[in-house]
Amino acid sequence: MGNLEQKVHITDHHGPAKGITRWLYTTNHKDIGTLYLLFSLTMFFVGGCMALTIRAELFQPGLQLIMPEFFNQMTTMHGLIMVFGAVMPAFVGLANWMIPMMVGSPDMALPRMNNWSFWILPFAFAMMLSTLLMEGGAPNFGWTFYAPLSTTYAPPSVTYFIFAVHMMGISSIMGAINVIATILNMRAPGMKLMDMPLFVWTWLITAFLLIAVMPVLAGVVTMMLMDIHFGTSFFDAAGGGDPVLFQHVFWFFGHPEVYIMILPAFGIVSEIIPTFARKRLFGYTSMVYATGSIAILSFIVWAHHMFTVGLPLAGELFFMYTTMLIAVPTGVKVFNWVATMFRGSMTFETPMLFSLAFVVLFTIGGFSGLMLAIAPADFQYHDTYFVVAHFHYVLVPGSIFSIMAAAYYWLPKWTGHMYNEAMGKLHFWLSFIGVNITFFPMHFLGLAGMPRRIPDYALQFADFNMVATFGAFLFGFSQLIFVYNVISCARSGKKATARVWEGSHGLEWTLPSPPPYHSFTEPPVFTSPHRENS
Amino acid sequence: MNQLQRRNRSLVTRLIVGTLLMFGFGFLLVPLYDVFCRVTGLNGKVLNNGPVTQSVGINRDRRVTLQLLAVNNEAMPWRFKPQESEISVFPGEMKQTAFVALNPTQRSMVGQAVPSVAPSEAAEHLHKVNCFCFEQQPLMAGEERAMPLVFMIDDELPQHISTITLSYTLFDITPEPRPALTLQAHRQGVIYE
Repeated sequence: MGNLEQKVHITDHHGPAKGITRWLYTTNHKDIGTLYLLFSLTMFFVGGCMALTIRAELFQPGLQLIMPEFFNQMTTMHGLIMVFGAVMPAFVGLANWMIPMMVGSPDMALPRMNNWSFWILPFAFAMMLSTLLMEGGAPNFGWTFYAPLSTTYAPPSVTYFIFAVHMMGISSIMGAINVIATILNMRAPGMKLMDMPLFVWTWLITAFLLIAVMPVLAGVVTMMLMDIHFGTSFFDAAGGGDPVLFQHVFWFFGHPEVYIMILPAFGIVSEIIPTFARKRLFGYTSMVYATGSIAILSFIVWAHHMFTVGLPLAGELFFMYTTMLIAVPTGVKVFNWVATMFRGSMTFETPMLFSLAFVVLFTIGGFSGLMLAIAPADFQYHDTYFVVAHFHYVLVPGSIFSIMAAAYYWLPKWTGHMYNEAMGKLHFWLSFIGVNITFFPMHFLGLAGMPRRIPDYALQFADFNMVATFGAFLFGFSQLIFVYNVISCARSGKKATARVWEGSHGLEWTLPSPPPYHSFTEPPVFTSPHRENS
Repeated sequence: MNQLQRRNRSLVTRLIVGTLLMFGFGFLLVPLYDVFCRVTGLNGKVLNNGPVTQSVGINRDRRVTLQLLAVNNEAMPWRFKPQESEISVFPGEMKQTAFVALNPTQRSMVGQAVPSVAPSEAAEHLHKVNCFCFEQQPLMAGEERAMPLVFMIDDELPQHISTITLSYTLFDITPEPRPALTLQAHRQGVIYE
């Protein structure tokens, strides 16, 4: 992390404070963005080690390495850490770095709150990870923490889990408020909402989703807390409650949450593809409306996660059709990306490779999502590895690949140095191959009936599981190339120009690379790229 | 305070109010869920408890079978079963039956039965005039008791339904602190070795 300090020392006038207090007290959006990204990278490796523990146990049938109790803790913690610790903070970090530079504002609207919303996170995750060392073990009820597994039958550490979730929720809500205030109040003069880069648009919509559903998550864990400690019966059938209610409230949060993890990815890809296709984004307006429609639809599809709880037929049909409806705006986006590339002068630098893989593999994940949306078919797929394959296809080559693409795309801007392109390409190809070897066989395992969240399995699943484990280790270890590339890029490398990429567009590229510690202290002059041509 | 700060402040206030409203909405989902179940009759909740108000004639041209099920929630040691597992009734006819519970343990316990009706369309047509599930059921060590159920099925029941299943799940709600969680009490690996 020292490497990043050096970077800023060479920049000018109102430089940052020195030493650790710079990072503790900072209110600078670039510093906080860096903190978020490094935190997310750390959590990515922590969660990744848990994933590899799971895959190592599943390498062969039988119990070899870990006991089932610990296996359950691993699946739970892997999910929670990747969702709340890796993907979400990475997007918030990118928002911190890029949104002020993209809308031409000197900083985030509420810099002090920004500091607070980051510094809550390390404590939240320290608390959550500490449960691994407690008597009774860490939470073992799956990242969806269905009651009564997470209430009546939970290990005592569940209370720590609840407070950790509260803290993460507060952090996300503060981050979201900051993003909205920055985007709505701090844009450069002349920049209309429909002039904003798509990354800014998708983040604005994501931030509203966060404000709408993170409080519901806080509510549901509070109900758990009261059930466990204060004798209420929200989810306890003996006292007149209902465990199915838990699932409704959880998924009312949970489904918008999955779009919180993918909408900023759409924004990133919509920035990168036009740059390397050397064309303007096809269908900007439709992209904005598609994002909005996905966000609105996300509130009325939640029960497609619960087709097997005994919904009435009318409910199954309603949630099936609304879920399928989401394929329409998502399809609009995919076709727009393809149309942007059509007859463009494409080059295939690392960010573009990750973005292309995103488009293809996310679409595969979308299609398996459509299969799962078919209520009658879902009874076969429910809680099998098919579901695991589906959501890993949308989250790993979806969200994670987009974050990787964003990191490579803006790294020269952040550090002032070009990263090692050959190493970036190697990282991409190993990741691409590793991801597919890991998750593609899981489709077949699921269709053949292998259930989720089990440490041992029937013999007929052995071959595909072995293949998946090989892929997982390939993917996991190839991420070390990324770390090496980032560190060496931060320390040294070819000097990056202000524009970095030939086809780059937008206000952030008008700043030098690296940008000064305080940028856009005078509002930039903004002319709309859309209006001048259309 | 300049104009930007004022705009930020009012926007942030509105967003915080929105956050608090959504927190409240999360809790509002709990009564909404009950109301939704009540309106639609979903979830097999029996709605018509207490005395039947409208006096309706008995329809002797139709018979409905009521199947009675008794289920113990896990960790509930009582022996719990219906006196009759199937009763054939005329719509409009008041019937009495009972469930028998025996507490085989050495301590006094309290049980609570939670009913569920299938198919859920039938839930609003099953009237429970009196039911042991209305109250908590204390049983002394070794005590056995027949717990009464008085019910009536009204003639509004859709014609295609000829069998209704009424199931009771019995929960242990003895108000003493239960011994620490049984699942976690296992030493690691004991179950699998």
